Parts: sequence; structure tokens; C-alpha cells
Amino acid sequence: MRLFLILSALLIALFITALVIGPADIGIWPSLNALLTGDEGPMSLVMREIRLPRALLAVMIGGSLGLAGAAMQGYLRNPLADPGLIGVSSSAALGAVLAIQTGLAASFAFGLPLTALAGALIGVFLVLALAGPRGSSLTLILAGIAISALAGAFTSLVLNLSPNPFAANEMVFWMMGSLADRSMTHVWIALPLIVLGAGMLATLSRGLDALTLGEDAAEAMGINLRRLRLTLIFGTAAVVGASTAVAGTIGFVGLVVPHLLRPLVKSRPGRLLWASGFGGAAMVLAADILVRVVLPERDLKLGVVTALVGAPLFLHLIYRTRRQGL
Amino acid sequence: MPHGAARPMSASARGSDVIRALCLILAVCCAPLTAQSETPPLRVVSMNLCTDQLAMLVAGKGQLYSVSALASDPRSSAMVDQAGSYETNHGLAEEIYLMQPDLVLAGKFSARATVDMLKRLGIPVAIFNAAYSLDDVRARLTQMGAVLGQQDRADRLIGDFNQRLTDYRQDQTHSPRVALYYANGYTSGDKTLAGQILQAAGLTNIAAEAGFASGGLMPLEVLAMANPDTVITSRPYPAASRADEIKDHPVITALRGAVSGPSLTDHDWICGTPFVLRAIDDMVKLRHSIPAGQP
Repeated sequence: MRLFLILSALLIALFITALVIGPADIGIWPSLNALLTGDEGPMSLVMREIRLPRALLAVMIGGSLGLAGAAMQGYLRNPLADPGLIGVSSSAALGAVLAIQTGLAASFAFGLPLTALAGALIGVFLVLALAGPRGSSLTLILAGIAISALAGAFTSLVLNLSPNPFAANEMVFWMMGSLADRSMTHVWIALPLIVLGAGMLATLSRGLDALTLGEDAAEAMGINLRRLRLTLIFGTAAVVGASTAVAGTIGFVGLVVPHLLRPLVKSRPGRLLWASGFGGAAMVLAADILVRVVLPERDLKLGVVTALVGAPLFLHLIYRTRRQGL
Repeated sequence: MPHGAARPMSASARGSDVIRALCLILAVCCAPLTAQSETPPLRVVSMNLCTDQLAMLVAGKGQLYSVSALASDPRSSAMVDQAGSYETNHGLAEEIYLMQPDLVLAGKFSARATVDMLKRLGIPVAIFNAAYSLDDVRARLTQMGAVLGQQDRADRLIGDFNQRLTDYRQDQTHSPRVALYYANGYTSGDKTLAGQILQAAGLTNIAAEAGFASGGLMPLEVLAMANPDTVITSRPYPAASRADEIKDHPVITALRGAVSGPSLTDHDWICGTPFVLRAIDDMVKLRHSIPAGQP
């Protein structure tokens, strides 16, 4: 309960900070006032159509990635399972790029997130098939590298072949992710799938707790492992797919956040789920504030910041896993 | 001390190398210039979209042999029909060399390696700067007239150009504030050709007051706070991209207000040719469509 209060206080503080920071020079009170009253002037335009969607997306996407990371780690019982590392994000990005390039994204509203969902589904499915239900760290990471590389190569190929001269430059966006210049439209197309996926992942709480005792014990406790597995696949694909479709691949959130919070929830994967959701939202909000404060002129990519934090931790985790002889 | 002793020698050797290289470059560059004033070139190849169009306007009959492939792209070129009657090149040193030109026209930003190689092969290359103002349009026409030995034709074009420009200066009753917004959120300020087109049409460009005199990445927030009367965007390229997506952002739609989606026709805006007059025409029409005294 105390963790819940601390995390929500942190989240609210970061959310408000994200709303009052930006290239347009507006004071804190006038900006919040413009957000709430909305006088149709330029200030409320900035607040409602630029900063609000950006902050909302940071919360939605961070929450999704944290939740997905915690769920996959709980299911695989492996702290290295992160949607970015195991190739789910890259395959979702491939789906999104295909939707944009074929015009599917423009022809109907949910074309973009649904195609990204399809890509993410293929990614999760491949990873779980290759790594097996109790995948060792090695096979899991190897499968992830292979899927990431393949999906990344196809994404680059599609962008290279595009007749649009800007498309090729967007490989960076799809590899690193960014929340710059998103609008409420993106919030609305990502929201349904994220809510659906998060709802599915939240139901896993009891199952994941039971799974810590081993598969046989979990089944004896009445957990349907087949259903658990399917819910996990669809839930992860939905949240990661929708997130990637609007913001590109933002790596390491699902790795760092569960790792930091695990000791605080006494290593219970069920409780770690919601805590990671909150924590992920806070981390992406903080990263998005950072990119706007450190290099306001350059559209620094979000994934750069999360990778700078996450990659060293990843190395540390690999080192520790090796020492444990897994 | 052997190192210390060796250094001045190698430095002086390098210095003389540089001087020799400079002399070579000067010889290669200046030789054709002096030659041109006597006999105009007869087989000219242009490898840059803007020199393509200037050359097609200024060259005498049969003088221009080949233009770049971009000249036939209706999106970027204002002279697609005319370009059809010339050979097409793709700016590759090999193919241009095989065309055996006696003069190559290149832009300042044409591939350096290609230009250097052509010079090494002994083909005179005339380099044209990009145009950043309406004055530059006249200057490029004059330069093209000089290198092609067609000063009279160039002067006639400049005369027409000046005449039509003064016509625009007549009525400038109200001056709506507008912004140029391209893919990825780029804008152009007053120190660019696009900015000067707006000025000539009697529009006020908000880029300068927002601190983008020569253009650059203008954050959407800054654009929204400047609150222009309308936003002029570039036309999207075929097949969607995130870069083009920004022009459909709800903020842009809101800022455009009643003036429905003005967009710039790239082929009239890119190059410093007399076709910028058509761009100015479009912008004057836009100015008349914005009622005076709007907030």
C-alpha cells in the first residue's frame, strides 16, 4: 500500500512536470490554467493538443512496457525478458511501418495499431516457441536477437524502398522511439488496445504467483497454464503493439522497472505487475522530460535515454545470471 | 631531435603540394572561363535541377545537350515538357564524361566527388550557388548568360522578371501573418528564397519573429504560440511517412482556420528561376483570401 502511494505521487508529480515543460515559453500557472479552462487561444492549443497528448502517451506507453516486462519475466521466470530485448517491439514496429507504407494506416483509424499488434503477436509467438516455456536465458536472448535483427532488417528494407524521401530517415525513429509531435489522435488509436491488453495482463496476477512454485504446483492450484500462456501472448502483443505503433520501439523500460521494483514487492510477480505498470509510466515520463530539458532543439530520441539507463543494467544482469550458473 | 628536424621539412613539402594543387585547380577553373568569352560552349550538360532550368531558359538552340533526371520530375521541376527534348543524365561522372560535353553546369551542392572527377578529366565545370533571394535569381540568370555566351537572352529574362516584380509591389494593403511548415517541422525565414517569395507577395513570415531568420526546425509549440493567420505546408510525397504526418496535426488544422489548406507547389519554389513569379502569384491569391483585420 505504501509503495502504491509513493508510486502514484511520483507519477502525478512527473505528469505535471511533463505538462509545464516545452519549447514554448509559458509560465507554470498560465499553462495549467489554459489546460483546464481552454479559451481556444494559442496557449490552450499548445497545452491541449501538444503537451497533454504527449504526457498521456508517455504514461500509457510506459505503463504498457513496464507491465509487459513484468508479465513476461514472471511467466518465463527470467529477469532478462523485456519486450524490446526479445524482439516483440521490433516486430511490432515492422507491422506499423508496413501499415504506414501500404496506406492501411491512412485508410481506417485502427489500421496502424492492429497491424502493429499482428507484428507483435508473431514476435511473441516466435520467441515463446523458440525459447520454450521455461526458456533458459541463453536461448531466450538468442531468439530475441534473431527476431530483432530480422524484423529490423525488414523494417529498414521497407523504408529504403519507399518512394518517400523522408521514409529512410525514419529508421531512427522506429529503432529509438520518440513522443515528439504526437496528437490526441494517437492517444485514441492506441488507447483501446492498451486498455484491453493491460486488462488481460492484470488477470495473470494469481497465475504468475502460483507459477513461482513450479508448473505442477500451479496446475494443482487450479491454474490453467494453456490459458495463462495465451492471455500472456495476446496481452503483451496488444500493449506493446499499440505502444510501438505510435511511439516507435522504446527499449529497456520493461527490463529496468521490474528489476528495480522486485525487492519492494517481496519478489511476488503478481504484485510486481501493477507496480511495474506505474513504475514504467514514471520512467518514460521522466525520460521524455529529460529529452526536452537536455537537448530541446534536437529531438533527442526517447530510446536513447532509456537505453543509456537500461543497457548497463542489462550487462549487470547478464553478469549476475552467469555467476549463478544459469 | 630527429623528429623535430623532420617536421619543418615535411610541412614545407606539404605546403608546396597545396600550392601546386591550388594552381592546378585555378588553371582548370579559369581556363574555360576565359575561353568562354570568345567561343560559347556548344555541348553543355547540366547535372543540377536548378541549373537545368536556368540553362533551358537561357541556352541558345542546340547548345544544351543534357539535363538531370530531376528536370523531368513534375514534383520538383517547373519545365517537365521542355526537359523531354534533352538527353537525361543522373549526375554520374562516367555517363557525363561519355557525353563529351565542353561545359558541365553543377550546383554548389552537387556531389563533390563527381565534380572533382570531371575537372580531373579536363572538362570545364561551372558551379552555381543556390539562390537565397530574388536578387540571387537575377544573379544566376546573369551568370548563366555569361557561361553560355547568351548575355542578351539573360538580360531579356531579367527585364521581364523585374517588370513583373514591380507589379506586385503596387497593392500591399494588408499583410497577414503566415508560417511555412515543411515535413519534420522545418520552416523557412526571410533569408531564404521561400521567405522572399512571401515578402514579395506581401505576406509577413512569422519565422523571423520566432527567431528563425534563415529557417530551421520550429517546434510545433512555438508555431502555435506565434498564432499565424494561416500555415502554408509543402505537399506530401507519395507513400506516407512520419515526417509528412506533422502537417496533419490538429494544431496545424486549428491554425489554418478558415483558409483551407494552402500548400506550396514545390517546383515553383525550389529553384531561383523566374518561375518563382508563379509562386508569388499563388501567394498573392492566398493573401487576398485572408480577410483583413483577422485576429
